[in-house]
Amino acid sequence: MARRSFEVRRIPGFGAIAILTIVLLYVPILILVTFSFNAGRSQAEWEGFSLQWYRAAFANEQVQDVSIRSLWLAIAAAGIATVLATLAALGTTRVGRFRGQTLIYALVNQPLMVPEVVTGIALLIFVASIKVATGYMGMGYLVAAHTAFCIPFAYLPIRARLETLDLNLERAAADLYASPVQAFRHITLPLLVPGIAAGFMLGFVISLDTVVITEFVKSAGQDTLPTYMLGQLRRAVTPEMNAIASLFLALSLVVVTAFFLVSRRRGA
Amino acid sequence: MRRRGGTLWNWLLSAPALLVLVLAASGPLVIVLVYSFLSPGNMGGVAWEPSTDAWFRLFFKRDIFDPEVVTWNEAHLVVFWRSVSLSLQTTAICAILGFPTAWFIATRAPHRRALWLFLITIPFWTNLLVRTFAIQELIRNTGTINSLLLRLGVIGEPIQMMYTDFAVLVGMAYVFLPLMVLPLYAAMDKLDMRLVEAGYDLYGGRLQVLRHVIFPLVKPGFVAGSILVFIPAIGAYVTPRVLGGGRTMMLGNLIELQFGQGRNWPLGSAMAMLLLIVVVAALVLYLRWANAEPEQRNG
Repeated sequence: MARRSFEVRRIPGFGAIAILTIVLLYVPILILVTFSFNAGRSQAEWEGFSLQWYRAAFANEQVQDVSIRSLWLAIAAAGIATVLATLAALGTTRVGRFRGQTLIYALVNQPLMVPEVVTGIALLIFVASIKVATGYMGMGYLVAAHTAFCIPFAYLPIRARLETLDLNLERAAADLYASPVQAFRHITLPLLVPGIAAGFMLGFVISLDTVVITEFVKSAGQDTLPTYMLGQLRRAVTPEMNAIASLFLALSLVVVTAFFLVSRRRGA
Repeated sequence: MRRRGGTLWNWLLSAPALLVLVLAASGPLVIVLVYSFLSPGNMGGVAWEPSTDAWFRLFFKRDIFDPEVVTWNEAHLVVFWRSVSLSLQTTAICAILGFPTAWFIATRAPHRRALWLFLITIPFWTNLLVRTFAIQELIRNTGTINSLLLRLGVIGEPIQMMYTDFAVLVGMAYVFLPLMVLPLYAAMDKLDMRLVEAGYDLYGGRLQVLRHVIFPLVKPGFVAGSILVFIPAIGAYVTPRVLGGGRTMMLGNLIELQFGQGRNWPLGSAMAMLLLIVVVAALVLYLRWANAEPEQRNG
């Protein structure tokens, strides 16, 4: 048998399945986006290019309302989570093993492991009793819930970045009579920025993506974009929903691309 | 280094994050556990009377006329079974599609791999609801697939795909696939191709090499991927709600029902605890396996 160009890495059929899989991953999304530009209401027949569904989406006051709420909730939750995760990462990296370290890791990673619906009903019960006790109905509950959920996602890249930092840099700063605060401010923090930026972006995307927890925790009139969409999907959907989904998609895409660029630079 | 004196400082730095996590994530779970051992209140909520009735009613029910007669609670068991079955099937589909995909990416030229990987990661980071909606638009009765088939004359009337187990399965496989590809890729990326070459040199056929060389070496990635798919699948709420509707509920939807129309908070709490037990059991089994694995390989 002539094995002239035998390639050990090639397994027949795998390439075809792989391409098919990647195509299948994108076809539904591409169809969704395509029909958001359709002049008609159909999801299958192209009736010409139109921006009418985007105009409808932008003019829809409810959509404006929930989008703004989603954005500021994501910024607030990711922001707070990033600050807390940075502090926690500083407290748990680059030190010898200490008592309770495993407990801290378990607590930080816990939101990753518990199904969202379980966290959701746990918060529903908890929030319901606080509401009865205090009468406070504001956005604080959602901010707290989203923050807790974002912490592990913010913590991971920051910790990864910290672990690659050279401790000698801080020692050098200390040798040059920098106080610990000065060393942190002028040495550690600037080096940590890519990790912090990546942590914030991950937290932001995660908060935007969170449906189940929001659905259970929110009070009346606190719909976010995902819970609004979840409610709308029950009814007859018009391509306006395609337009909203496409815009949402574009936003995630921008943040994720930025995240990749930031983490790539970190590697370089 | 700064060991003893440092401990307090470490805790102080971690404290704000831990406080938020305990208040808004871990702590409330304890309340759920407590609630599962209480009696239901009249208008939702709980009555503070200890009871194991919720846990009993997870699996059994008493006859209305004769409380001595105990039968299986079929309504619940059907949902439990559907959750487990659909999650396992989702994991299997993801493995069948994910394995070749990860292999394909891992065998590209090194500078190309990041791009292929990026292609897999993008859908993973786009909103779950958007992706579920995309599937809904494809498979609903007036959706893309049915409209296309109708117009081509392949079918006379639309195929009912929405609100079936099939819809939920397609949706979950679509949504969770990247979770299988990524750990598989990580394992294949580390794979020493010389071992594969050695397999061929020893006259192994492609299937033999795949089965006896490649598969055992990438098994850790495969197991990790299966766990990563199975856990969100068994706890799925959005996908079965949108694509499955009321008739093809999964455990997550049954839990919600107890806090909505069902108004039986202890029962819902017990169900949530059951889900948590399944997830933790899967994780513990995985960690045990992962820790035992290297020793097996050396021995």
